[in-house]
Amino acid sequence: MDFTSKEAHEIKDLLVKGEVSSQEVIQFFLQRIEDKDPKINAFITVNKEGALKRAQKLDQLKEKKGKLFGIPIAIKDMLCTKGLRTTAGSKILENFIPPYTATVVKRLEEEGAIVIGKANQDEFAMGSSNETSYFGPSKNPWNFEYVPGGSSGGSAAAVSARMAPLSIGTDTGGSIRQPAHFCGVVGVKPTYGRVSRYGVIAFASSLDQVGPFSLSVKDSALVLEVICGWDANDSTTAKAPVSEWSQNLSADLKGLKVGLPKEYFTEALSEDVRQTLDRAIEAVKQAGAHVEEVSLPLTRYAVPIYYIIATSEASSNLARYDGVRFGFRADFSREPARDLVDFYSRTRGEGFGTEVKRRIILGTHALSSGYYDAYYKKACQVRFLLREDFSKAFEKCDVLMSPVATTSAFKLGERIHDPLTMYTNDIYTTSSNLAGLPSMSVPVELNSEGLPVGVQISASHFEEQKMLNVAFSLEKAFNFKAKRPKDV
Amino acid sequence: MSKYGDWEPVIGLEIHAQLLTKSKMFSSDSTSFGGGDNENVSPVTLGLPGALPVVNKKAVELSVKVGLALNCKIRHFSVFARKNYFYPDLPKGYQISQYDEPLAEEGFVEIYVDGQIKKIGITRAHMEEDAGKSTHHGDFTLINLNRAGVPLLEIVSEPDIASPAEAAEYARTIRRILRYLEVCDGNLEEGSMRCDCNVSVRKKGTQQFGTKVELKNLNSFRFVEKALEYEIERQIMVIESGEKVIQETRLYDSAKNRTHSMRSKEEAHDYRYFPDPDLLPVQISENWIQEIKSSLPELPIYRARRFQEEFKIPEYDAFVLTQEKDIADYFEEVAEQSGNPKAASNWVMVELLREIKESKKEISNVKIQPKQLAQLIKMIDSKQISGKIAKTVFAEMWERGQDPQFIVKEKGLVQISDPSSIEKMVEEVLSSSPQQVKQYREGKKKVFGYFVGQVMKATKGQANPELVNKILKEKLGD
Amino acid sequence: MELKKVAQLARLYLSEQEMEEFQKQMKSIFQYFEEIKDIDTKGIKPLVTPTPMEAFFREDEVIQTLSVEEVLQNAPEKSGHLFKVPPVV
Repeated sequence: MDFTSKEAHEIKDLLVKGEVSSQEVIQFFLQRIEDKDPKINAFITVNKEGALKRAQKLDQLKEKKGKLFGIPIAIKDMLCTKGLRTTAGSKILENFIPPYTATVVKRLEEEGAIVIGKANQDEFAMGSSNETSYFGPSKNPWNFEYVPGGSSGGSAAAVSARMAPLSIGTDTGGSIRQPAHFCGVVGVKPTYGRVSRYGVIAFASSLDQVGPFSLSVKDSALVLEVICGWDANDSTTAKAPVSEWSQNLSADLKGLKVGLPKEYFTEALSEDVRQTLDRAIEAVKQAGAHVEEVSLPLTRYAVPIYYIIATSEASSNLARYDGVRFGFRADFSREPARDLVDFYSRTRGEGFGTEVKRRIILGTHALSSGYYDAYYKKACQVRFLLREDFSKAFEKCDVLMSPVATTSAFKLGERIHDPLTMYTNDIYTTSSNLAGLPSMSVPVELNSEGLPVGVQISASHFEEQKMLNVAFSLEKAFNFKAKRPKDV
Repeated sequence: MSKYGDWEPVIGLEIHAQLLTKSKMFSSDSTSFGGGDNENVSPVTLGLPGALPVVNKKAVELSVKVGLALNCKIRHFSVFARKNYFYPDLPKGYQISQYDEPLAEEGFVEIYVDGQIKKIGITRAHMEEDAGKSTHHGDFTLINLNRAGVPLLEIVSEPDIASPAEAAEYARTIRRILRYLEVCDGNLEEGSMRCDCNVSVRKKGTQQFGTKVELKNLNSFRFVEKALEYEIERQIMVIESGEKVIQETRLYDSAKNRTHSMRSKEEAHDYRYFPDPDLLPVQISENWIQEIKSSLPELPIYRARRFQEEFKIPEYDAFVLTQEKDIADYFEEVAEQSGNPKAASNWVMVELLREIKESKKEISNVKIQPKQLAQLIKMIDSKQISGKIAKTVFAEMWERGQDPQFIVKEKGLVQISDPSSIEKMVEEVLSSSPQQVKQYREGKKKVFGYFVGQVMKATKGQANPELVNKILKEKLGD
Repeated sequence: MELKKVAQLARLYLSEQEMEEFQKQMKSIFQYFEEIKDIDTKGIKPLVTPTPMEAFFREDEVIQTLSVEEVLQNAPEKSGHLFKVPPVV
């Protein structure tokens, strides 16, 4: 059976009914990876043996139940998987085998999902193109000369190329939504505090959030139901109730107010993205929504405060990679360490890639004595004001609709040497992380070059259902999920 | 304080107290040190990628207790911050501590120096996690993380301390309070309580502080005092020889009784404190504070004062009896039940504490219950036994833990207070000692003691000594 | 910004090329960061956790999660059950 045109919940139904076996499904997708991944490089590690073993076990079960029973899922290499190498896309963790499993992966497995492999990503999720991965960049399945986006590029590419029906990514400043937009898949960043970060390698703790990629809105909603919820191991998870979002989807938007942040519609926006957004606005109006302009006056500051906060937290979060307890240690056999500073500096200098070093330097400086008040503290104060802006906007509307990025996917190598330009491209996505809002990307159509273009939908804290409904409505209107990259 | 000429020292202490919790500050691994190397290490303690801290409720509760006992203001929202520095026994590359919004601040403690009560200000008390343990072996160093993540409370005093002796007494007072509250066992040698001293000197009468030096590695109260003595002299000598005191950390070498500079190859510390984004502010409701407040025991210095007033015992006795909470509890029960606080104080201070010291026992393991000791005192007071017999009974009670009545009965130690039987005994003694009677009558009054001894010997010490005296005198015709 | 000093604080050797590259970039990046200084934030409490949520504590219970073998399984160098590093004194 060809599972590439099936959604995850459809495959699950076939499995539960016993019409196909888990082994059949997993073998099918492992074969897809073997055929397609050499060109796409979406996986750092393929869990062939482990996945087959688990499929065998699932097939032996008398009672076949679980919201994701037998569904292969690719996990971004930021999430720890016991016994399965977890690298964060970095040389410094090239051989790291975690002795424990992230809460998210546990919950997925408890609902029957099968980890098929660990997805490629920018090193420590620092990048917007997947080009900072120590394991080489992943490619955009729609055109191999283009980037899949980042940092969760491998997770987006894996689903887009039908190498897995589902995948998991992390989003610190747009790392799920931007690659979803570039690869033509659905990608969701839930409300900060919805999903446990326990076992998720930290980039920036107050911004990181885990979320799903899928071909359909319903599949993403289903994964959210599984992974969301309070966790005793993560002090920053909320006790908010988790609903059956996938069952409650409604494309009828009557009575819903959709806000368009006027500050987002600038000249920086490329023509294709603007046109797609216009058509999406038309579609939600058709579905009964009321559309109006809202204002987020601090938008232009979102990127600087994001980079100050993210790099500051990262500089501290990445201090644990010191070559003492796990991970890479520089070779001191020929030239012994002069002192501890030398020991650490060589290990970290050789273990981290350039982008990670750049951000550690930025963050270390932003936190250092004499600069803290002007950078980190000030950024956190502006962050408060930015969240206030959103609160005011949500008094006027239920959801916000906006572009995901200024452009669709760009070519490999095109921007990697200009970090500031790369950073400023996160203008539409970082605000949601700063304010803690649920935000997602839903694919709408292909541009003239045949590359996908999506739109971003954001909602107030814990209002995932409203956001998913708008995405569901756009999915009905444009049926993007029926399209697939021709080379795969 | 003319000891230092026209110089005066300014001292402040930073005391780290290990909180008596079963599990660590931010993770559920055990705090016990009995196990093997690196056996109490979870992903959180190991600083594994993705591991996250979760605050131990008990550690917060114990910290609030101390804060209240030190008369501090307790913050309803206090913030954990990361203190960033690299060291091999610091797994995450940062220590989770508290910085500008600590749990408790602006308190004071009263200490007892030179017969006077002195108030020492408490700047703050904040929660943090301990680091692991490094052992150095020449060309390599080994790291054990069992200790990493153990909850600590750091208590910082104001620079209100004026002498080394006062510093040691302050530290002892804090230790007593910690033990009273049952939040820390206060063992300096094993490091469950650590004292670091900040000390500077200045000319008397000046307001400005001199450059301060931090002293570490002081694992007894005596060393606190001796190290400060040495360091104050050293600083005065440095200044008087025209040089400047360098702000630095110095280690105390108890064998040589001197302090020496910790070689610092590194640049000046820049800890880059910032609020830990993995933790929300610690929220402590007024209700919770009140609940903890109502559970606080009476603190030693106040208890001593009350003992003095209520039981009319001397100041020194009251001080000794309140050093440890369980001893004070013991004494108070004996005093109340016996109705004779003075005797209770003597028995506890002299007999009981001596036995405890000799046997190296904890008072909780002592077989004699307070009410049994009270009974013993009552038996003396009602003249059922003599004080001398009581000591024999006490020794039996110490060994066997039985009631004094039982021992007295079993051994037939009841005091003979029947005048007619004593009279009979006296007559027997006098008639069998004509020589001594003669001597006595000739004026050699010292022989009286001999008669008493003989009567007591004949009654195995059980005769009521007052009655023996009285009857003897009658018979001898005094 | 003294790049060398910051790199030392972060315990990070930079290659010559990185040094040169960062030196150029840092100036413009921090200039960009400094745009926020014009915003009036007087009396504003810094925001860290963006979602309103209730704090919770862990009960004081001991749970063993890792065996000592698991603790040491990724160690670059060890001796017995201890981590081994170059001398630090």
